[in-house]
Amino acid sequence: MTQPATLGTPLAGSPAAAPGAAEPLLTVNNIEVVYHDVILVLKGVSLVVPKGQIVALLGTNGAGKSTTLKAISGLLSAEEGRVRQGSIIYQGRDIANADPASVVQAGIVQVLEGRRIFKHLTVEENLRVGTVTRRDGQIRQDMEMVYHYFPRLYERRHQLAGYCSGGEQQMLAIGRALMVRPQLLLLDEPSLGLAPMLVQEIFAIVRRINAERGTTILLVEQNARAALNVAHYGYIMENGRIVQEGSVAQLKNNPDVKEFYLGLTESGTRKSYRDVKAYRRRKRYM
Amino acid sequence: MDFLLQLLVNGLVIGSVYALAALGFVLIYKASRVLNFAHGDFLALGTFVAFALATSLRLPVIPAIILTLLCFFVLGLIVERVVLRPLIGKEVIAVIMVSIGLSSVIKGVMYLIWGPGYFLFPEFMPDVPIIIGDLYLSPVHLLGLAVSAAFLGLFSLFFKRSTLGVAMRAVADDQQAALSLGVSVRKIFAVSWGIALVSAVAAGVVVGSITSLSTEGLSTIGILVFPAVIVGGLDSVPGAVVGGLLIGVLENLTAGFIDPVLGVSLRSVVPFVVLVLILMMKPYGLFGTVEIERV
Repeated sequence: MTQPATLGTPLAGSPAAAPGAAEPLLTVNNIEVVYHDVILVLKGVSLVVPKGQIVALLGTNGAGKSTTLKAISGLLSAEEGRVRQGSIIYQGRDIANADPASVVQAGIVQVLEGRRIFKHLTVEENLRVGTVTRRDGQIRQDMEMVYHYFPRLYERRHQLAGYCSGGEQQMLAIGRALMVRPQLLLLDEPSLGLAPMLVQEIFAIVRRINAERGTTILLVEQNARAALNVAHYGYIMENGRIVQEGSVAQLKNNPDVKEFYLGLTESGTRKSYRDVKAYRRRKRYM
Repeated sequence: MDFLLQLLVNGLVIGSVYALAALGFVLIYKASRVLNFAHGDFLALGTFVAFALATSLRLPVIPAIILTLLCFFVLGLIVERVVLRPLIGKEVIAVIMVSIGLSSVIKGVMYLIWGPGYFLFPEFMPDVPIIIGDLYLSPVHLLGLAVSAAFLGLFSLFFKRSTLGVAMRAVADDQQAALSLGVSVRKIFAVSWGIALVSAVAAGVVVGSITSLSTEGLSTIGILVFPAVIVGGLDSVPGAVVGGLLIGVLENLTAGFIDPVLGVSLRSVVPFVVLVLILMMKPYGLFGTVEIERV
């Protein structure tokens, strides 16, 4: 792996630069996404998610992280969006613009940003919705498995999900997705709106799910510090492009990443976010 | 007192029919936010089809009814596929206009085939009243009540216990989240139309066997479904049941107590007066979804 490119210059999207030696489970090749056929949101995004790893996709608001996930899961079609160019190869099959139900059946499930649990269903009913595509009889065991990872959900299983706390709702959103038995879990901002303690708890569980069940995870986050602590490899997006990639160690030591995403100075001390913002703005417009 | 009791019982019988018809209406609204103005016309059409199967084809009544219910489940799937699916994502008002158009077409077809006359459903129950104390209960009324209750119970079991039923409620709650878990929203829409038409036809057959069949009389139930569902809260299944029963009882009480005094028939007006009063106090209806907000 060569020295990471500097921020602001998009990398040539060559999927050959696969992280590590693990075989890729998902390869996104230079995709362009448009909404309503006119608004270009992703301008050639390429990334590789190796089997069994956690890959973090970082970036600020509006960078296109969620759109990337929706392009993979097929949920773009519900928002009048579509992949105009490029391909999304999952287990040897191009799933760009596929029907969301068929993507779920293939083993990819997205946990939407903002939890989006079914408020008027009980916790257990929420979990059952995750089993609609399944035809096997092992639903009971998988529910036990979810309760094993999230014991708090077990306590609340007969309650309406809308009355659960924010942390419990995030756990439910992840648990509900696990009921699908995914090969690849797409997590969109699991830390959103949660207290730091809960963020830690959730990320610890995410890491356990990856280690114990071998579930591959593509994690979108704004909380770069938390994400880089669990991930194996990371990509950074800006304005619809991947601008930086590397192993977690490489990213953590990159001066720009430190400055923008981790809020650290060159020497490693904490820096006020106010300064970072001003510096960012200057750097982007110059 | 006995007169009151008799009116209440009759009200409950007709109310359970409204509840059953309202259930289908609520189902479509819950799943796809479409107000189906053709609901009453499907109800009437289904009843006439059952009538035709039983009289013209001389099928025994019960198999004729079951066959009709099956046909209308399929018809529901077809209507959703042919008429409504092309309109997914269009303005709700466009979809409502289409349902109004559908209503006119169905009415026209029924007038063409059966005309405006009255027909009697072939009798399949003994016409001997059951007398409890001073109450006169006709077997057909009781059967109607039982059938409505059975259907309502079956549907609530379906929504609570079956994965498809739970998925339907999930789609009503958050369509995109349901989509992200692999729920086929199209399939859910189609099934909700199928079930809605089954509930409409079941209600129509019960009314048809209690009273008589006429194109106009049966389609009017479609209008009475509105106060029932709006009183109950547009998107609530229990609300539809309570609303239906309430409208049925009120209608009968008005007919029994107020109409003889005033000398004019107010029975079809009162449900709407109640509707206005309830909406003034509870804009979402008695059981309508109040957003769960965590503070």
